[in-house]
Amino acid sequence: MAADHRSQGIAILYLLSVTVFFSIGGLYATLIRLELLTPKGDLFQPDTYNRLFTMHGVMMIFFFLIPAVPAVIGNFILPLMLGAKDVAFPKLNLASWYLYMIGATFTLYSLVHGGVDTGWTFYTPLSTTHSNTYTTATALGIFVNGFSGIFTGVNFIVTIHRMRAPGLTWFRLPLFVWASYATSLIQVLATPVLAITLVLLFLERTFGIGFFNPAVGGDPILFQHLFWFYSHPAVYIMILPSLGVISEIIAAFTRKPIFGYKFVAFSSIAIAVFGFLVWGHHMFVSGESPYAAMVFSALTMLVAVPSAVKVFNWMATLYRGSIEYSTPMFYALGFIGLFVIGGLTGLMLGTLGIDIHVHDTYFVVAHFHYIMVGGALMAYLWALHFWWPKITGRLYSGFWSHLSALLVFVGFNLTFFPQFILGYLGMPRRYHAYPPEFQVLHVLSTAGASVLALGYIVPLIYFLWSLKYGAYAGRNPWGAVGLEWETTSPPPVHNFEVMPTVDHEAYEHRVPPVAEQEPYRVVKYGL
Amino acid sequence: MSEAASAHHRTDLAHHFESYEQQKQSSLLGMWVFLAQEIMFFAGLFVCYVVYRHMHPAAFAFGSQHLDWRLGALNTGVLILSSFTMVVAVVGAQTGRRKMIVCGLILTLLFGAVFLGVKVVEYGAKWQHHLVPGPHFEWHGDPAAGRAVQMFFAMYFVMTGMHALHMVVGMGIMLVMIPLAWGGRWTRENHNFVEGFGLYWHFVDLVWIFLFPFLYLLGLAGSGVHG
Repeated sequence: MAADHRSQGIAILYLLSVTVFFSIGGLYATLIRLELLTPKGDLFQPDTYNRLFTMHGVMMIFFFLIPAVPAVIGNFILPLMLGAKDVAFPKLNLASWYLYMIGATFTLYSLVHGGVDTGWTFYTPLSTTHSNTYTTATALGIFVNGFSGIFTGVNFIVTIHRMRAPGLTWFRLPLFVWASYATSLIQVLATPVLAITLVLLFLERTFGIGFFNPAVGGDPILFQHLFWFYSHPAVYIMILPSLGVISEIIAAFTRKPIFGYKFVAFSSIAIAVFGFLVWGHHMFVSGESPYAAMVFSALTMLVAVPSAVKVFNWMATLYRGSIEYSTPMFYALGFIGLFVIGGLTGLMLGTLGIDIHVHDTYFVVAHFHYIMVGGALMAYLWALHFWWPKITGRLYSGFWSHLSALLVFVGFNLTFFPQFILGYLGMPRRYHAYPPEFQVLHVLSTAGASVLALGYIVPLIYFLWSLKYGAYAGRNPWGAVGLEWETTSPPPVHNFEVMPTVDHEAYEHRVPPVAEQEPYRVVKYGL
Repeated sequence: MSEAASAHHRTDLAHHFESYEQQKQSSLLGMWVFLAQEIMFFAGLFVCYVVYRHMHPAAFAFGSQHLDWRLGALNTGVLILSSFTMVVAVVGAQTGRRKMIVCGLILTLLFGAVFLGVKVVEYGAKWQHHLVPGPHFEWHGDPAAGRAVQMFFAMYFVMTGMHALHMVVGMGIMLVMIPLAWGGRWTRENHNFVEGFGLYWHFVDLVWIFLFPFLYLLGLAGSGVHG
């Protein structure tokens, strides 16, 4: 399979790899939470703890969240949604996966030798002068991985522009396609800035050329500007595809077109554009001028607007929809709540006065985990549950999938809500020891993490089980609308037996929507 | 179109495309999007340069004066000529003239080699004058100014070095293209690779068009730094 450049195969390659790296990142999270059970730093040395949270961040962000929805779901579903046989550049697509694996190899090499202790943010001068660890290897791994993302972005942009089926105009496209397009724009335009920043970091570390070293006329804050110029748009790479997935699931399980289709479509583009303008909100306490801080704060308020537009439109879609509480729908409803909390706390962080108080505390940690785990990761799981029948041709247990959704939701909130309180009370991030009065909240958080871990392990079991014993799914087990549901499950080699033509709007249910067979509910017995 | 010709052309069309037109438009759009990415890559370096020039204007002017603007201008002319010969190759591909493609590519390659040769001369001169950043750098004067001048040369080497790296990659690709073109690989109907590569080469030329004034010309008015 590693030489086959069909996007279906490449999607599976990515599925396997991201699952492995997610597990490694999750292992680090487990160790972090175990250390934080007690106020004293008794499980790990401080330096080791630094490496734990650094590698957790690096693994999760670069090797799981950024590729997950685009490379796993996008590679499989995007060509199907467009009525195309494959992406525009299949060999480049395979090269993307190879680059991803090469990048992962460098990072794993660093990991095996003890990892990096700088935090995933690599701030200078720690990363260029004082850090004694495998910073260069990790930076190289991220550099190579970045090009994997860039090539995927190039591929998707060209595919969406040039390979739509006849009749599939831009405003008939599923909203997942719009979200993928916006994501790809960010990947192509933002990632190169990270690439050059890592090059400069490497040169400074290796040759002692002081780009970010004040002793040689350099400026460490310049590193932060360059780094965040990429890393803020990067968080939109992580969430935008998930927002597209949510639109698909809500449309499917309310049996309605998404309310305000054009607004939702354009909101993805708006997030991509505005996302480039707000990087300074990560630097409010770095010595940024008050005027710059005010501008970035105002722009941060603006970037929340398109996200809010999506939430309001989803709510309007739910209103008077014919709602079916399938497992993906469970995840979707959970997602909306968690995304709103994450987003609102983001606005809080974007407010200058509040940020001075909570910057570098667990408030920030909770905020981004609400979006990245409660939002992006849940949507990825949701996407897997929604399209699993299409990808594998099998159905999974309804009972166990509902249960795991509940475990994930409860476990997630138990893990991360106490962290908002911890941060507000002053618990700094990246600390492995803390005052005893914080222990109760930390214990709750660790307990929640155990439940969450269980919620992630259970799907692994029933998904694998379904491959052998699951009922056959048929073309359209959910009765949803979209080109991907008009081909077989799994799709044939060129995605469609006969290339489709499109003559209807997005999500337009023909009367009546007919599910080919009973959805998964019939297969809930036996386990 | 004869049967034999159409059989040949069928192998030219990738299986996931519906038509040659779709394949061509996709290839070119892909190259444009890739170049947008390259612009952002170099943009990071230009931002660094602008920031440090703003912080150390005198030192940067001094450093700029120590570059030979005549060699820089020569290189600029050489690259512009190489873009012209690249266009010749592309037109050859568009009109199905095999020899024109080959001639255009060979000349472009030669001009590229001239450019790199001049760069080697320049880099060598910097080394001799102890202006290469790192342990070999020497500065006899105010230490603060010395640090800033070292920063200028750091930016000079990284920016021109990154540009040269892109040129070397391009030249390597041309080395492969020349025998392929001679063998008749590209036709009037399908020559996307040549057009796409032409875009890449013009981009490399364009980066130099920005590098030259930024690095070589901005300091020519005079400087207050002595070393």
